[in-house]
Amino acid sequence: MTTASVAASTQQDQRLQLLRVLGPGHVWALGVGIVLVGEYMGWNFSVGKGGMIAGLVACWLAGLLYTCVAMIDSEVTSTVAAAGGQYAQAKHIVGPLMAFNVGLFLVMAYTMLEAANAITVGFLLDAVAGMQGHSGLDQQPFIILTVMFLAWLNYRGVLATLTFNFVITAIAFVAIIVLFLSVQLGASAVQLDFSAITSEPLPYGWLGIIAALHFGLWYYLGIEGTCQAAEEVRSPARSLPYGTMAGIITLLMAATMTWYVCSGLIPWEYLGQAGTPLFDAARVTGNSGLMVLLFIGTIFSTLASANGCINDASRAWFSMGRDRYLPTWFGAVHPHHRTPYRSIVFLVPIALIFALGAPLDQVITFSILSGLLGYTFMTFNMIMFRRKWPLGSIKRGYVHPFHPLPAILLLVLCSATYFAVFLGYGTQLIAMMCFYIIASLWFHFWRYRFVRRGDQFTMPWPRPQAY
Amino acid sequence: MDFWNFLEYAAWALSVGFGAYLLIDLARIDSTYDNDLLTSSREGEIELTQERHQI
Repeated sequence: MTTASVAASTQQDQRLQLLRVLGPGHVWALGVGIVLVGEYMGWNFSVGKGGMIAGLVACWLAGLLYTCVAMIDSEVTSTVAAAGGQYAQAKHIVGPLMAFNVGLFLVMAYTMLEAANAITVGFLLDAVAGMQGHSGLDQQPFIILTVMFLAWLNYRGVLATLTFNFVITAIAFVAIIVLFLSVQLGASAVQLDFSAITSEPLPYGWLGIIAALHFGLWYYLGIEGTCQAAEEVRSPARSLPYGTMAGIITLLMAATMTWYVCSGLIPWEYLGQAGTPLFDAARVTGNSGLMVLLFIGTIFSTLASANGCINDASRAWFSMGRDRYLPTWFGAVHPHHRTPYRSIVFLVPIALIFALGAPLDQVITFSILSGLLGYTFMTFNMIMFRRKWPLGSIKRGYVHPFHPLPAILLLVLCSATYFAVFLGYGTQLIAMMCFYIIASLWFHFWRYRFVRRGDQFTMPWPRPQAY
Repeated sequence: MDFWNFLEYAAWALSVGFGAYLLIDLARIDSTYDNDLLTSSREGEIELTQERHQI
C-alpha cells in the first residue's frame, strides 16, 4: 500500500484502528504461547520446595486457580472487547485508579517475562555451545537479537506475529506429547520410577505444598494474556472465550504430562534444581531424536513466550496512552501495519535493561508478583461486574458457571500464593507494593488531570444497577 | 574464530539491523503523517459496529 493510498483510505475512515484479522487459533497461540515455556522450565522448582507430591498438588491447585481466571476472563472480555484486556475491564467496571494499576501490572508482568525469556535464550545457546566445546559464549548479542527480532515482527503486523506464534507453540506442545507417548511406549532407556511418592511423600511437610504453589503458577502464568487481542479478533464474543478455554485445557494437559514424565524419569532432588527439566528428561531417555525435539521445543516455547509478551505489553501500554493515562504519543497506530508501533519501540529498551542488567530469578519474581496482583483484581472485578450488570442486562459472549464460586476460589488461592511468595521473596513483594503505591499517587495527584473523563468509558452499556 | 564467534558477530549485526529498521521507520512515519491521524484510534468502535447489546 502506498503512502498516497493509505492517506486516501484513512481520510475516508478518518481514524486508524488496529486490524481485526485474528481468529480463535491466534488467541490460543497468544495465550498458550506465553505460558508453555513454564512447562519447559521453572515449574520444577515447586518439586524442590516440597517434593513430588507437593509438585503435583501445586500443578493442580494452580490449574484450578487459572481455570477460574480463564472462565472469569472469558466472560468479561467477551463483553469488554478492547485492547488492553484487563485494563479496559477495570476502567469500565471498577474505576480509573484501578485501571491505571492493572495496566501497570500487565506491562510489568509481560515486559519482565519477555526479559526472562530473552535471558533464557542466551543461557540455552551458551549450554549448546558448551556441549560443542566452545566455552565463554557471549550471551548478550543473542539476548538483544531475541528482543529486537520479536519487536520487529510485532511492529510489522499482528497476523504474521501470531501466526508465527501458532506454529512454534504447536511444535513445542507436540514435543511434550511425543515425549510422553514415547516414554509410555518404551522408547526410554530408563523406566519411570515413582517410588519417591511413597518413600518420601512430603519431605518438607505440608508447608512444602504452600511453598511449592509459588512455582506451580509457572505452568499457566500468562493465559490471561488472550484478552489483549480483544480489539484485533474478527469476532471477540466468540473467539476470545473459545481461544482462552481451549488454551487452559491445553495447558492442563501439558502440565500434567510434564509432571508425570519428568517426575518419573528424574530423581526429585535433581528435578527440583534443573534448569531445563523437559530437555533433561529427554536426555535421560537416551534417545537422541527426543533430545533434539525437546531442545527445539524449549527454544520455540521461549521465543513464543517473548513474542506474546511483546504483543500484550504493547497493547496495554497503547491503551493507556490512548486514554491519556500516559502521554497520548503512545496511543498511535502505524498507518501501514496497523500496530501500536510507538509502544512496541518504547518497551524495547526497558526489556533490554532488565534482560541485560537484572538476575533471572529477580526478573521472574517481579513478573509473577505483577501477575498475582492482576489475578487478585479479577476476583472483585467479577463480583462488581455481575452486580452492576446482572445477567440479562447486557449481551455476553460467554457466561461462566457457578458464580461467585470461581471468584472466591481464585481469591483464596491468590492469598495462599501471596503467603508462599512472602516465604521466599518477602523483600521483593514489599518493594513491588511500594512501587505500585508510588505510581498510584503520581497518577491520582498529577496524571489524572489530563484524562478526558467522559471519553474513557466507551462501552454502550446501560447505566449500572444502583447508580 | 570458530562457528560460535561467527554467530556472535552475526547476532550483533542482525540486532543493529532490526533496531535501525524500527527507529528509521518510526521516524519516517512520524514525519510523514499528521500526529492527530496517527493517534486517532478510539476504543469501543467494534462495539458500535458489531454489538448492539439488545437482549
